[in-house]
Amino acid sequence: MSSHLVYALVGGLLFSIGTYGLIVRPHMIHKIISTNFMGSGVFLVLIGLGNRTPSGVPDPVPQAMVLTGIVVTVALTALSLAIAKRYFSLTGRGDISEHREERVG
Amino acid sequence: MRDRLPGSQLIPLVTGAGLFALVTRAILSLPGESAGLSVRVTETAAENGISNVVTAVLLDFRGYDTLLEIAVLMLVTVAVFSLRETTMSPTPLSERPGPVLGALTRTVIPVMLLVAGHFVWIGSSRPGGAFQAGAVIGAAGILLALSGYSRPKWVGPRAISWVLSIGLLVFVGVAVYPVLLGEELLQYPAESRKALILVIEALLTLSIGASLVSLFIASASPRVQGDRE
Amino acid sequence: MMLAFDVLLAALLVWIAFGSLSELKLFKSVVMFVVFGLFMALAWVRLGAPDVALAEAAIGAGVTGALMLDAVGHMRERQQPYPASATEQGTPDA
Repeated sequence: MSSHLVYALVGGLLFSIGTYGLIVRPHMIHKIISTNFMGSGVFLVLIGLGNRTPSGVPDPVPQAMVLTGIVVTVALTALSLAIAKRYFSLTGRGDISEHREERVG
Repeated sequence: MRDRLPGSQLIPLVTGAGLFALVTRAILSLPGESAGLSVRVTETAAENGISNVVTAVLLDFRGYDTLLEIAVLMLVTVAVFSLRETTMSPTPLSERPGPVLGALTRTVIPVMLLVAGHFVWIGSSRPGGAFQAGAVIGAAGILLALSGYSRPKWVGPRAISWVLSIGLLVFVGVAVYPVLLGEELLQYPAESRKALILVIEALLTLSIGASLVSLFIASASPRVQGDRE
Repeated sequence: MMLAFDVLLAALLVWIAFGSLSELKLFKSVVMFVVFGLFMALAWVRLGAPDVALAEAAIGAGVTGALMLDAVGHMRERQQPYPASATEQGTPDA
């Protein structure tokens, strides 16, 4: 098994760990972190599979896509965090689980 | 993860495990060797004068993706601005950082700016480019904001808006100009390709750096924004 | 031989990710996330993508980490909704 295949498989594992965390953890910041892990997993799969070239030189197209993806991810994270902070300011809660039926504000 | 009902832990677990199984099966079913587009890109990039193939793909072959990505970044910056709770007013100069932090920032910030400039210039032949340089500038701005340096009074909101939008505006201009001449979108003229790409990269660096700093400062808690009461 | 290094680094990435998501404290989760970003930069170098490594280290670990730490601090200082006027008496450690 070549080394880039290891990274690709681990990328898939990171994606599933991120999905699990996104569903299970109730706090907004944990959900945002889980989304970032899912994104990183996808990037690992993309570049890991892009290293399969016979000449040994990695394929630059997935690398460019991942570079774009990293910038878009930070933009997404910044907006999500701004919304989360605003929500916390308005309601005093960061936990968006349904089981906590406390009075808002 | 303890405040959940025991049965509802099963669905996310099955979902995660199922996703992992599907992805693994998809990865392992692909051929072990596949050239992709690397050969074609390497051949064409060398004759364009840009030997860093990733930069060539980003700005030359897939320039449209980069254009849209910068647009996304600007949109998100505007959105984060609209979520602000307090106005950004510069703090008076009496709020200076302490001696150690001040000395550290005075040493590190110029080096960071130099590194950013290096990345932009060297991005056409060695690892580097506009995004990396913009990220270093953004980090330098965040460091300044966290150290207590406030925005100088001569940097008004209009100056900030110009710096934020100059990268996207020039990029769109360079992209649309060939269309007005009857050619395709983002068709660089052959003789000034490298110079045009360098100009676009430099302005993109400014915009990306300013955008990252704005994302941090506009959404920061009032203590960072300097809204002391 | 480098395959052993890659397997170890990949396992470390999974371990850090799992550790970050199973932590109860927000601050610890964010710190593990920043560490994850730095080890991802190593992984990118091993995958022959130095541009992506530079971007991941600066953006993924640096800027995102700063944003998240600011959010965690914001959510810790205020245990009650933001008062309409910050000059109100009794605002906790504003």
